[in-house]
Amino acid sequence: MEYLLIIVSAIFVNNIVLAQFLGICPFLGVSNKLSTASGMSLAVCFVITLATVVTYLINKFLLVPFGLTFLQTIAFILVIAALVQMVEIVLKKVSPALYQALGIFLPLITTNCAVLGVAINVVTKEFTFGGEAHMLNLGEATVYAFATSLGYGLAMVLFAGIREHLSLNEVPKAFKGLPIALISVGIMALAFLGFSGIV
Amino acid sequence: MANKLSIITKGLLKENPTFVLVLGMCPTLATTTSAMNGLEMGLATMFVLILSNIVISLIAPVVPDKVHIPVYIVVIATFVTVLQLLMQAFTPDVYKTLGLFIPLIVVNCIILGRAEAFANKNSVWDSALDGIGIGLGFTLSLTVIGIVREILGSGAVFGFKFISGDGILAFVMAPGAFLVLGYLMVLFNKIAKK
Repeated sequence: MEYLLIIVSAIFVNNIVLAQFLGICPFLGVSNKLSTASGMSLAVCFVITLATVVTYLINKFLLVPFGLTFLQTIAFILVIAALVQMVEIVLKKVSPALYQALGIFLPLITTNCAVLGVAINVVTKEFTFGGEAHMLNLGEATVYAFATSLGYGLAMVLFAGIREHLSLNEVPKAFKGLPIALISVGIMALAFLGFSGIV
Repeated sequence: MANKLSIITKGLLKENPTFVLVLGMCPTLATTTSAMNGLEMGLATMFVLILSNIVISLIAPVVPDKVHIPVYIVVIATFVTVLQLLMQAFTPDVYKTLGLFIPLIVVNCIILGRAEAFANKNSVWDSALDGIGIGLGFTLSLTVIGIVREILGSGAVFGFKFISGDGILAFVMAPGAFLVLGYLMVLFNKIAKK
């Protein structure tokens, strides 16, 4: 039951893009076409889940026991950068087809603040899912990270669909490009506000 | 001298990081719930930007090309950690409100962007000025967005309330951030591209 709450909350109520403002740059950058948007979502999904698990373990078994938590920011960003590199190399060898699909997005993910944001959130913040506030354990953290990245994918794919339609419409010159896109995201976020109060 | 001055002023309008370069969107949207928060976030980013610009312009000639991005990221992350520790010690309240977005300065594309585009091929002095200019531009944009959202959302500016009542709550929450930034960008396009 609690895992279900985590999933619903992370995808809809606290959507990472529309409510938490993480990962906006790639969200605006690659959402021009539905195909690139879904490719990027897949890559992000993969990296967020993996990075959260790895940084959670590093935090628990390395940084905390040795009193090094002030190094969190530096350690996490290095781990994420190394992880992205490794995923790239492994994918290239194991599944060339998937690498072809995700390849160009992977290097961009290092500087996607959603990855670092979720990793830091999971180890520093207390969450309340139905019960009382508590730090997440490894299982909950993994589910939370995966659900959050699904929420990222959902927002991205929905927005790419809207943007494909937008590009066919006549908009006033000053609104062209990003301004109209931002206003559309605003309206989307307004719609997602309707989910608040579910969990 | 005019040349040096233009390094600073270009960050305000011609290369404004928010409205023209469209970089660092996450803190721009997330922390501008009030004018004060926007200003504080802008200053925090400027602190890291100036220091990382200075150090990167100093070490750029000796860093091998292949590993320059990881090296830059470590430099930036170091200054972010310094900032985190300073803020925890001297301004714990501000640190609490800005929360997650202080460590996330590491992945703010403005900082790595300036390192790549400016600091690694210019002198220390110029890089510091560039950091000040871009930092001021960022701070200014964040403060303006913060002012608009605070007026609409709670009828106040910098905490000084001049419209009684509750205001439009949506402008303090997520949707307002996107809407205000979108319309301000329209305004900026209209004025700047005339």
